[in-house]
Amino acid sequence: MSNNLKVLINGLVKENPIFVLLLGMCPTLATTSSALNGMSMGLATMFVLVCSNIVISLIKNLIPDKVRIPAFIVVIATFVTLVQMMMNAYVPALADSLGIFIPLIVVNCIVLGRAEAFASKNGVFSSFFDGVGIGLGFTGALTLLGAIRELLGTGKIFSMTIFPENFGALLFVLAPGAFIALGYMIAIFNKLQKKTN
Amino acid sequence: MGRNKKMAKLESNFKNMFLSLFTICLVVAALLAQVNKMTAKPIAEAKAMKLVNAIREVVPPFDNDPVAEAYKMPDGQGDSLTVYPAKKGDEIVGFAVNSSSNNGFGGNIQIIVGFDTENKIVNYSVLQHSETPGLGSKMTQWFKDTTKPNQSIIGRDLSSGPLKVSKDGGNVDAITASTITSRAFLEAVNKAYAVYKESDADSGAITKEEKGESK
Repeated sequence: MSNNLKVLINGLVKENPIFVLLLGMCPTLATTSSALNGMSMGLATMFVLVCSNIVISLIKNLIPDKVRIPAFIVVIATFVTLVQMMMNAYVPALADSLGIFIPLIVVNCIVLGRAEAFASKNGVFSSFFDGVGIGLGFTGALTLLGAIRELLGTGKIFSMTIFPENFGALLFVLAPGAFIALGYMIAIFNKLQKKTN
Repeated sequence: MGRNKKMAKLESNFKNMFLSLFTICLVVAALLAQVNKMTAKPIAEAKAMKLVNAIREVVPPFDNDPVAEAYKMPDGQGDSLTVYPAKKGDEIVGFAVNSSSNNGFGGNIQIIVGFDTENKIVNYSVLQHSETPGLGSKMTQWFKDTTKPNQSIIGRDLSSGPLKVSKDGGNVDAITASTITSRAFLEAVNKAYAVYKESDADSGAITKEEKGESK
């Protein structure tokens, strides 16, 4: 159990996909124009990650080495398609605002990366915890980045007004703001982590 | 070999590779087909709801089914727009016109504009756009602000001529720093009005036959 906990913490902090591994930057920068969008994108990715980790660790011995990548991709694409259909059916507004980035989870290198680096070598339970850990790390980072951009850009967090929109710096809602905010966040995260070590 | 606790990995020969990929794809296809069947109806309903809600927002209260009674009207520029008549009882209370412009800053803008029977704009709703967030995207609210009569288009009577932004000699204040978006938006509104004008002229005569008249 303590081993599983270690795997979980590992994904959250030591191998945080955004701040440490710098993986999956494209959806990170593109969808975090608001805290809600960032969180939804994170949760959708996390769902895919956990499910594909579980399935791949279950069937890893049935997949010959030479076709493992296509097999992984098929499994991942399945879960992404499921998420997409579910979102279109039950939360159409959210599906509209995330748009093309939901189908693009298929090629998110975090998901394939964890399948290759972790799930294909470990048991079901640790793979599950790895998926949850990395997924939470990703979701947390995206939510935080979205919240910061939304606050600085429009004066709101989760659509709740903190200060009037007129004082917001529009730059942060647009693409350059994503790079600037993410850069500072990575710097702060690394500084804090060095201190604790 | 499968008896041991630790099962050996399948060898990478042709038969194994073929079988394993084939089986995975088969299972996956069956699963997706099932879920697709389950979600097809809610997806269609969600899409229809979105349209009906948009119509409800832009025309006076009605009790018919505007989507079922929708028809297409040529806009005089080689294109045709969809008109949704809103009726209370048998009387027409307004029209919602689905209009668009390709001249937005980010390309296509889809709006739905509602008119009452006296040439006045009741309300509008932006269905789809790819304008810059925080700039052009403000059009979803900007032209509705009735506290600023120079900026709002609600209640405007278009029979005196098409709407133009003040920069082009009109009397609508464009969105700050988004004149291109504002122009495209007003272009779509004007197009909607032209179509509304035509359908209002023969609104008494709108019958089911007209549905198939223009394509």
